[in-house]
Amino acid sequence: MLGYVIKRILLMFPTMIGMSIIAFFIIQLPPGDYLTSVLAMMADSGQTVDPAEIARMRQVYGLDDPMIVQYWKWISGILLRGDFGYSFEWGRPVSELIWDRMGATLGVSVAALVFVWAVSLPIGIYSAVRRHSFGDHFFTFFGFLGLAIPNFILALVLMFVSYKYFGQSVGGLFSPEYIGAPWSWGRVGDMLTHLWIPVVVVGTSGTAALIRILRANLTDELSKPYVITARAKGLPEYQVIMRYPVRIALNPFISAIGWVLPQLVSGVTITAIVLNLPTAGPLLVRALVSQDMYLAGSFILLMGILTLVGMLISDLLLAALDPRIRFT
Amino acid sequence: MTQLSLSRDGARPTAAPAPTALLSVRNLSIDFHLRTHILHAVRDVSFDLLAGRTLCLVGESGSGKSVTARALLRIIDPLAKVAGGSITLAGPKGEVRLDRLGADSREIRAIRGARIGLIFQEPMSSLSPVRTIGAQIVESVRLHRPMSVADAKAETVRLLKQVEIANPEQMADRYTFEFSGGMRQRAMIAMALACNPEILIADEPTTALDVTTQAEIMDLIKRLQVERGMAMLMITHDMGLVAEVADEVAVMRWGRIVEQGAVDDIFHAPKDAYTRTLLGATQRLDRASTRAAPPTDGPPLLSARGLTKAFGKKSWRGKTTFALTAVDHVDMDLWPGENLGIVGESGSGKTTLGRMLLRVIEPTSGRVLWTPNAAQADSTQRDVTAMGRAGLSEYRRAVRLVFQDPFASLNPRMTIKQVIADPLIVSGTLTKGQITDRVAQLLSLVGLDPTAMERYPHAFSGGQRQRIGIARALALDPQVIVLDEATSALDVSIRAQILDLLLQVQAKLGLSYLFIAHDISVVRYFCDRVVVMHKGRIVETGQAEQICTTPREPYTQALVSAVPNPDPRDKRMLHRTRFVAP
Amino acid sequence: MTDAFPPQPAAHMSRPTMASTPSAPETGPAISPLRPGDDPSKIAVAGQWELIWHKFIRNKVAVAAGCVVLLFYFIALFAEFLAPGLPSTAQPRFTYAPPQPIAFFVTDDTGARSWLPHVKGYTMSVDPASLRRSFVVDPDSVVPVGLFVRGASYDLWGLFPTDRHLFGPLDPTQPMNLLGTDRLGRDLLTRLIYGTRISMSIGLIGVVSSLIIGVVLGALSGYYGGWVDLSVQRLIEVISAMPMIPLWLGLAAAIPVTWSPLSVYFIITLIVSLLAWTSLAREVRGRFFSLRDEDFVTAAILDGSSQRRVIFRHILPSLTSHILAVVTLAIPTMIVAETALSFLGIGLKAPVVSWGVLLQDAQNIRTVATAPWLLVWPAGAVVVTVLAFNFLGDGMRDAADPYET
Repeated sequence: MLGYVIKRILLMFPTMIGMSIIAFFIIQLPPGDYLTSVLAMMADSGQTVDPAEIARMRQVYGLDDPMIVQYWKWISGILLRGDFGYSFEWGRPVSELIWDRMGATLGVSVAALVFVWAVSLPIGIYSAVRRHSFGDHFFTFFGFLGLAIPNFILALVLMFVSYKYFGQSVGGLFSPEYIGAPWSWGRVGDMLTHLWIPVVVVGTSGTAALIRILRANLTDELSKPYVITARAKGLPEYQVIMRYPVRIALNPFISAIGWVLPQLVSGVTITAIVLNLPTAGPLLVRALVSQDMYLAGSFILLMGILTLVGMLISDLLLAALDPRIRFT
Repeated sequence: MTQLSLSRDGARPTAAPAPTALLSVRNLSIDFHLRTHILHAVRDVSFDLLAGRTLCLVGESGSGKSVTARALLRIIDPLAKVAGGSITLAGPKGEVRLDRLGADSREIRAIRGARIGLIFQEPMSSLSPVRTIGAQIVESVRLHRPMSVADAKAETVRLLKQVEIANPEQMADRYTFEFSGGMRQRAMIAMALACNPEILIADEPTTALDVTTQAEIMDLIKRLQVERGMAMLMITHDMGLVAEVADEVAVMRWGRIVEQGAVDDIFHAPKDAYTRTLLGATQRLDRASTRAAPPTDGPPLLSARGLTKAFGKKSWRGKTTFALTAVDHVDMDLWPGENLGIVGESGSGKTTLGRMLLRVIEPTSGRVLWTPNAAQADSTQRDVTAMGRAGLSEYRRAVRLVFQDPFASLNPRMTIKQVIADPLIVSGTLTKGQITDRVAQLLSLVGLDPTAMERYPHAFSGGQRQRIGIARALALDPQVIVLDEATSALDVSIRAQILDLLLQVQAKLGLSYLFIAHDISVVRYFCDRVVVMHKGRIVETGQAEQICTTPREPYTQALVSAVPNPDPRDKRMLHRTRFVAP
Repeated sequence: MTDAFPPQPAAHMSRPTMASTPSAPETGPAISPLRPGDDPSKIAVAGQWELIWHKFIRNKVAVAAGCVVLLFYFIALFAEFLAPGLPSTAQPRFTYAPPQPIAFFVTDDTGARSWLPHVKGYTMSVDPASLRRSFVVDPDSVVPVGLFVRGASYDLWGLFPTDRHLFGPLDPTQPMNLLGTDRLGRDLLTRLIYGTRISMSIGLIGVVSSLIIGVVLGALSGYYGGWVDLSVQRLIEVISAMPMIPLWLGLAAAIPVTWSPLSVYFIITLIVSLLAWTSLAREVRGRFFSLRDEDFVTAAILDGSSQRRVIFRHILPSLTSHILAVVTLAIPTMIVAETALSFLGIGLKAPVVSWGVLLQDAQNIRTVATAPWLLVWPAGAVVVTVLAFNFLGDGMRDAADPYET
């Protein structure tokens, strides 16, 4: 087991390096570099800049170095000093801006994951065991619908409905009186009343996908001989199902963290923009539009690492749950 | 009833008065409601199970024997419906009509496992892979016997010891994939017997096992049955096994019992035509070959010298560590016109050897030598292991392969004309019209209607597909056909037909067969010489008749004597020679 | 005979479905057909596509979904003709005008009903407090409409100049906004039909380019093996672990503002497919490798087939139906991706019209509250399309292997 854990963690590093390269690539992608955008901004506001000053800044920021050196400067800054670069738009280091936002992203994503599990597990089991019943068809239909409605459209529709029929705005994570207030039970309660909309919006498609997967897997497992063995022992039917096929059909459920989490993080990004949540999404889009690339790149990198860690956790959980993985 | 009746034939002494039936089935019918049709899987089946006696339900695939067995516990497929008949279980509190109980009712659950135990064919998939063996047995014990967990664990260890599992304390904490096939089946038996059932249903309990393991498992089942006085219903397709263990036999075909009676009557005075066919096919294969063996003094057609295959695992540093030597320095020869059998249990390396001869698997070391004109006594040898593309394709035209699985080996997307013509097209010597004529000729050669050549494989049964596979192998006038378990996926009556077809083809075309099999009785009927393999090595080589009747090596002796004999008056398997690995 | 065995019962229960009596010789398992007309001799000579088709059309939902998809592509193909107007024609007199209901009969003053297809006209009112104009449908005002009317002139596919439209107001100067208008008074129905062309084609082009990327990289990694294969696998792993939308955003944001709409359209398609090919490649690779170990492929190698022949004659025909299904299931992700990017203002921009661009108008909740049709119709189009593609793809996937039991 220990060997497996070490191997799995070691395997994570190449992927992480790949992600950092992609993030750096995105930082470098817009034409020109950040100095050109600073100059453009200054020119807009009528300031003139001394060419010598420009040259000095180029050197300070290492903008004339080869790509690989620039990458190394960037990544070593992150790894060694926690320095993610400088946000030009905000005039502050990136690291001062991102952690709150990433925390909120993580919070909403995890809440959505819990929602996805809590809803899809019972429905998936029900659908597989009572295949072709009315309930199964009902959930299958809603599953398809949930898969088909893009997150942001669902968010828009929910917002519209609550605005139109309940007369309230549902954006944000907190009511105005709690924004910036210190944590208290009241604030937590307030957050929960706001949290459910993004969680439902983000979790719907994942829930639908997981119901389908669980239903398909469990249907397969239900026809396996060991289920008949369990029945032949004289176990009551619900124990037969819960102890044997469900136990095995849970595996893809755990491994689903690996691919549901990137989807959730994606979903949170775009939903947050619609619902105006204080997560990474809105800030990322703003940074991208204004080409504040260090900020944008840091967000992309951190979101990637968030899902990688999620995958790691799912693989380790899976190994703990399934001896077949642990022993090979 | 007071009179003492002595048995008429002496083979089966019956005590009088006759014991009352523990379980009796009357006119049981089961229908499967499929998408396009209703399949009457079981029709008007009646039988009784008596304490201490074994009833064998025997039949080929699709005869409805397994469905019948599961219906007794009411655990049949949801598509299946009991359409009529009764199942009555006698008990201390009067009779219980099992067919009237709900599928998940408390009453039927109290009977499952407690009064009727069940063993399956596939011990790997019949046990949950994610729970320990011990946990699964403890669960069984505690379901019907009020016991603390600690007591149940002790009971589990006792049960595992009873089914002859070594180190039961440790093995109880292992998972199924850490057990061998035979051990899994033992654990399964322990589980079925956990609550001392009065009736044991064994559904093909040894089909997935090697013959020596089969013999051990049957020994065990038989011993436990006698000790506990259980009634047993055994489902099998193997007439040999029936002769070894049954007291009564019921022969099933297409959902009906065509004949039932005492085992001696069934084997020595069968009344039904189908029973006779089944017996004929089984017994014929257990007889000696009637062919005259070809001379083996000229140059051999195909030889292996020191052929070795080691399946290694590359460690993460790139070093190769050899985990398993599947074939270990094998030498063998095949002469023109000869049928050579390669026999071994699973893991003996026989299939790997066959694939290496064709270089589907590349040997780790050793050589394969081919003498193209051996029949003309021209002993110019060619080294197959060193051949390039051109040489190899010439060699593969002369040495062909027929696969085990008749379903996987034909491309379902090609008509059988395309399948058979494929080697002809690739070799590129014939025109379109000639190819069609050749395919028609090949189809009639293997006993199929040539007008069916535009059909797809899905229109053919397993036996017919195997004929198509043989026609493909014959297309290029080969010298040798490697038959890789080519008949083991077929029912026994079909198997005999295919073997006869192969012999007819040989008489016409004068080719050689390399017959890879786990079933030594088939080899005796079909082969001139036999090579016996065990753990990658050749144990013994000799004339087929000699190997099958007077084997010299202890392993071969054990192997041969473990094969069930289809004659209840001569129970070979139960009086077999045991082989203990040195 | 032992007395333990009861004699075989002589009397049988009379079951009408029973195929034969015990005395008659039997030739096979007893079967009662539920449906007459299944001719086994026809099935025997049916090739793969015929069997797939038979299996597919049994799935009624998938067939219906297929019809919907075809209808949408038909709309995309003849957008100019089907749309009653031009997408950029602004009607400053009718901003945020609500949908006009369509009716077929008019009742004149005498109470007689006569056949006259028409839509109701508008009356305008100005809110004295906010000075905002609002339109209401006036049930008394009648705008007659007809089929194949003359309207704004256009070039069909940029080639054939004409001014015929499938339907529209008989008098082109009169308003006909069946689905309402946007803030510039542009007809939503017209824009939705033009948007269909862009959104549906992005899905198609995107999926073709991801297939090409997937096949080229798959072939490279399969052919060279070793470190090429390894790095392609790593690349797939990295890309599929990245959250898609932030990555799309990052790439799309780098598109220079100065680029022409056409270049933006193609680069967006490329970005969308650049990240979506991984799941395609993975699926195809997995199936390829499992097929490579099939007995019939080994048989083909032993028959002397070259590697090329094995792949093209034996493996690819078995893969095609699966690839088609996977591709169909990938199209909706592309459409949603484009919609999302355009919605956020990073993808396609005006004057190009796509469903995502239309949804940009619905970003503001107050706008949606006054003109809900701006949200309902484009969102409905996206959802219906995605749903149809999913049902169709599912049906195709189920039918893709007609031989499994």
